[in-house]
Amino acid sequence: MLLAFLMSIALAVIRVRDLFVVVMLSSVYSFMTATLFMDLDAVDVAFTEAAVGAGVTGVLMLSTLRLTGRWERRPSHGPLLPLIVVSITGAALIYGTLDAPLLGDPMAPVQQHVAPRYIEQGPVEVGMPNMVTAVLASYRGFDTFGETFVIFTAGIAVLLLLGIQEGPQTKPGRTAIGDQLVLRVVVKMVIPLILLYGLYVQFHGDFGAGGGFQAGVIFATAFVLYDLVFGEGDARLVAPPSWLHRLGALGVLIYGGVGLYSLFVGKPFLDYSALSHDPVHGQHFGVLLVELGVGITVFSIVLAIFYALSGRNKAT
Amino acid sequence: MMLLLEILSGVCLLAGSFLCITGGIGLLRLPDFFSRVHAAGLTETLAAPLLLTGLMLQMPWSLELLKVLFILILVMATNPTASHAMAKAALHAGHEPKLGDGSEQGETSSKA
Amino acid sequence: MSDLPGLYNYWVTVFLMMAGFYVVISQGNLVKKLVGLSVFQTSVFIFYISMGKVAGGHAPILTEGVTVYSNPLPHVLILTAIVVGVATTAVGLALVVRIREAYGSVEEDDIQALDNAADTEPDGPADSAESPRP
Repeated sequence: MLLAFLMSIALAVIRVRDLFVVVMLSSVYSFMTATLFMDLDAVDVAFTEAAVGAGVTGVLMLSTLRLTGRWERRPSHGPLLPLIVVSITGAALIYGTLDAPLLGDPMAPVQQHVAPRYIEQGPVEVGMPNMVTAVLASYRGFDTFGETFVIFTAGIAVLLLLGIQEGPQTKPGRTAIGDQLVLRVVVKMVIPLILLYGLYVQFHGDFGAGGGFQAGVIFATAFVLYDLVFGEGDARLVAPPSWLHRLGALGVLIYGGVGLYSLFVGKPFLDYSALSHDPVHGQHFGVLLVELGVGITVFSIVLAIFYALSGRNKAT
Repeated sequence: MMLLLEILSGVCLLAGSFLCITGGIGLLRLPDFFSRVHAAGLTETLAAPLLLTGLMLQMPWSLELLKVLFILILVMATNPTASHAMAKAALHAGHEPKLGDGSEQGETSSKA
Repeated sequence: MSDLPGLYNYWVTVFLMMAGFYVVISQGNLVKKLVGLSVFQTSVFIFYISMGKVAGGHAPILTEGVTVYSNPLPHVLILTAIVVGVATTAVGLALVVRIREAYGSVEEDDIQALDNAADTEPDGPADSAESPRP
């Protein structure tokens, strides 16, 4: 079963010393986790985990491996003390789970109090079938604002640490492995479809699985694919780094702007009913704008981090 | 009619699973990187569409059917490209295919 | 998954958590520690989502003819957590790249040895390879 596969992958990650294999295994681990989430009825989460964990994290780690080296040295100290620490912690945690409610118990404490209200009132008050988007963007909008800010801050941190460098490999027309006819043709056909799918996920997040985060990551993936096949010079002409800095801030500003507008009208911060005469209409409008802000920020920050890591000149 | 569709879908699913398993065995057993890429690319490119066809035969005419059809077309387009990219990258990195008599090929051809 | 003894999910989650924890505390390579940290994070996500599942429930999207839905609140929390996780992993990777440029290695033992050697030297700071500002 899936859980047994996950355990064996985790064991393999511990034992293998070739870091390239370890990164690939962690992408496979994320994919299996996404399948597990589908089985546990969490479609939005599975979507995000597959896009982010299996796609973006793998690419970023491979870009880092190019700079740091592929092989891990044999550990110098023995495994006994860490194993003891890990076993004691694990035993304590398992003792803690003995009181937990069984899987799928509808009478568990987590299913009472707030969850029935979100499930019943969500589609009525916010007016969209996807309850996860309703909770994410409207009921818990403050948390999502904070999260967008965290992504923006992480992007700033990476840009402060690494910066987006210009170098000999970022001249237009140069690719890393020479002429690639097959790849160029296929990628030229596939990238518009990926972008279209990203737009679909962004604006359809109210009705099906989707939303700003997944859409931003899918958008960034299309540009990363372009960068990988056509070379960094061409990619930087298509998506210039200075624009990425501005877009990252723009997304957060859109989100905060919606909140501030509500303040100016006289309602509380991020109260979407201030955006229109009809409260449900206002919720729709507010969620649309907010998800747009999130999508723009996620797209630009992921692409900026990729540029920073992949364009870094190799230290001697 | 329904029975025929169900039998057909079962056959597609079984064939797809068989191809997946043989692809996996090939990945483990074959001696050289290029033969492994060949095995995985060929079997996976047929197995995934077969599995998806088996699923599609069980679905009513709906939006989900079209979505699965799109996924099928995408997999058939990108899977061979990915195998090609892997083989090309390995060749560029200096990996050479092993020949049948155990020696490695001296020259590599650089055609796309 | 749903017809197994009820606590199996949590025990597997604890095992995965401990595997990630073991990688972080015992392996020397910094990139591998980051991979172990992300394994740890993902196992926590599995834990949360398992707690939100209702037996016989449907995904929390309003559909015709469905009465029992799984809890949407853990999904929202984990959605946030996944994206924040990738952001912090990216910052960690950027730090590893800078450490490599400053110390010349990403093995924990080498970095520790270089730091100890720098502490015992009476003269100036130990940064030898300061990379040029971008």
